[in-house]
Amino acid sequence: MSVAELERLVAAGEDGLGDILEVSMGPHHPSTHGVFRMDVRLEGEKVVRLKPVFGYLHRNHEKIAEHGAYLAAIPYTDRLDYLNSMTNNWGYVLAVEKLAGIPVPERAEYIRVIVAELTRFQNHAGLVGFLLQDMGASGTPLMYAFREREKILDLFESLSGARMMCNYLRFGGLRVDCTAAWLDEVRQLVAGLPRFVDEFEALLRENEILMARTQGVGVLSRELAINAGVTGPMLRASSVNYDIRKVDPYGVYGRFDFRVPLGDHGDVYDRYMMRILEMRESLKILEQALRGIPEGPIMDPKTRLRGLRPKAGEAYGRIEAPKGELGFYLISDGSGNPYRYRVRPPSMINLTILEDMCLGRNVADVVVILGSVDIVLGEVDR
Amino acid sequence: MFGEGILQGLYETAKNFFGSYVEKDRLVTVQFPEERRDLPEATRQFPFLLYDGNDPEAGLRCVSCQICEKECPPQCIHIEKSKDKKPDFVGKPQFYPAVFNIDVSTCMSCQICVEVCPFDAIRMDNEFELSTSNRFAGLLYTKRELAKSNDYYRKIHPTEAAECDERRDKEAEAAKAKAAAAAVAAAKAAQAAEQQTPPAASTPAASASSAANGAAPKPAEQPAEKKPVTQ
Repeated sequence: MSVAELERLVAAGEDGLGDILEVSMGPHHPSTHGVFRMDVRLEGEKVVRLKPVFGYLHRNHEKIAEHGAYLAAIPYTDRLDYLNSMTNNWGYVLAVEKLAGIPVPERAEYIRVIVAELTRFQNHAGLVGFLLQDMGASGTPLMYAFREREKILDLFESLSGARMMCNYLRFGGLRVDCTAAWLDEVRQLVAGLPRFVDEFEALLRENEILMARTQGVGVLSRELAINAGVTGPMLRASSVNYDIRKVDPYGVYGRFDFRVPLGDHGDVYDRYMMRILEMRESLKILEQALRGIPEGPIMDPKTRLRGLRPKAGEAYGRIEAPKGELGFYLISDGSGNPYRYRVRPPSMINLTILEDMCLGRNVADVVVILGSVDIVLGEVDR
Repeated sequence: MFGEGILQGLYETAKNFFGSYVEKDRLVTVQFPEERRDLPEATRQFPFLLYDGNDPEAGLRCVSCQICEKECPPQCIHIEKSKDKKPDFVGKPQFYPAVFNIDVSTCMSCQICVEVCPFDAIRMDNEFELSTSNRFAGLLYTKRELAKSNDYYRKIHPTEAAECDERRDKEAEAAKAKAAAAAVAAAKAAQAAEQQTPPAASTPAASASSAANGAAPKPAEQPAEKKPVTQ
């Protein structure tokens, strides 16, 4: 309907819709955490239609990776979900290892688990901080979360050389070994983190305003979550027991004792609690991994990093990234670069049901619901 | 009790406010330009080229094999091979880069050039104050700006540099031993030849020196076949 027509109908009182207002939220709206736009149609404060528009941060990641060597794609995967470069690396190297049949030494697997769980911890802490910030708890929770995140990023820097663009995992192992001193630092940090989680959770868990703003808001039903292919903490908040570390264990996750937290209602509050509980489970895994880490090489010296030419075939490597199932699908035609390289980005697929969660809610709830989905636009748009 | 929450909030604020003056691990603010935190040894910003000794031209380790140029994911390295050769650290004549440019506006600091270099010629710098008023020429680093001494490398990455030096010392020693052995063998062969046919065409000294050159180690013979150095 054109604007002129709508104006005519409204003037004649024949539109039958009340006063519909179309708002373009974004792409520079602070609540969208990046360049993301939502076309929202409002009847008063009520959302009657919501259309997510993305693609503002498209960087041609898949085609670039198809034109480079297998090694050259690793630093680009850092920039997918730029908060979690370690897990992004893992998804990709897992796919290459499956494709080319490369074995990984035990010590490397343990270090991978350690860095991946630290990554998950800082992602969830940051997400909860941002979610509470979106709801008006300006400052404190986010600063607390970033204080701990900073410590983890400092560890990543002393290990891999960079805080966020780590580029640390390699197919067949890791780029550099960690020192005993580094492991001690991680142990020290992990010993102090439960206290942080307690404090962080106690901040607002039983806060009345938080409960009013989140409980029963943005409910995602179990059926819809499964049908839409939603994964990660969002799916588990809708009480679907699906964690790739359990259902399709990769690396050495099969050896660790941890539980998968499940939500009951699938609302924003459950998604918020899911992150807190997963942080605690991550700490459990970290403690076990730090206890059990063996000595040994981090890479088979026979592994070819440069000039890798896997036999023709295909492979799909998937991991439980902090945001959901991160998968890399590779087809090799026997040459030095992948014939097809495809990323299954968890945050983009989790975003597809945004309208279903927002219909009938207020604009202010849209901000909170979007915050609970946990998106990073680098991964949504690729 | 009415107002309990407010009192709790005030208590929390007061605790954190005063605690920030007392607790050592919370005094984290660094007054940046005047005070600086030590960077971790592994920190990487942009690549630089290493040279041995004091002359950045003669001591440059790069032999212009162009592996880094090929492997660089964003293709920010540009190398032009020299026409002539210069001796490397074991005395073997090698090509050198006539032009070696890195466009740091494109570089993404991934360190893949360092990983694939078989000659320990390129390393990551930790210098981060690189702002310039010219965004084209100011960010295109040429060979002269990129060349840094081995002493500088030892200063910024001590552990890594020690390993690298050890490896290169061994290589140089092996090359020396091999050259000496080859020289002895060549001298012997020449002597034997002289005894058989006294008026030999070449003098023993000349054949020995040419044999020594030919028997020098071959780190650069076929760079494409060499394994990458994984750091």
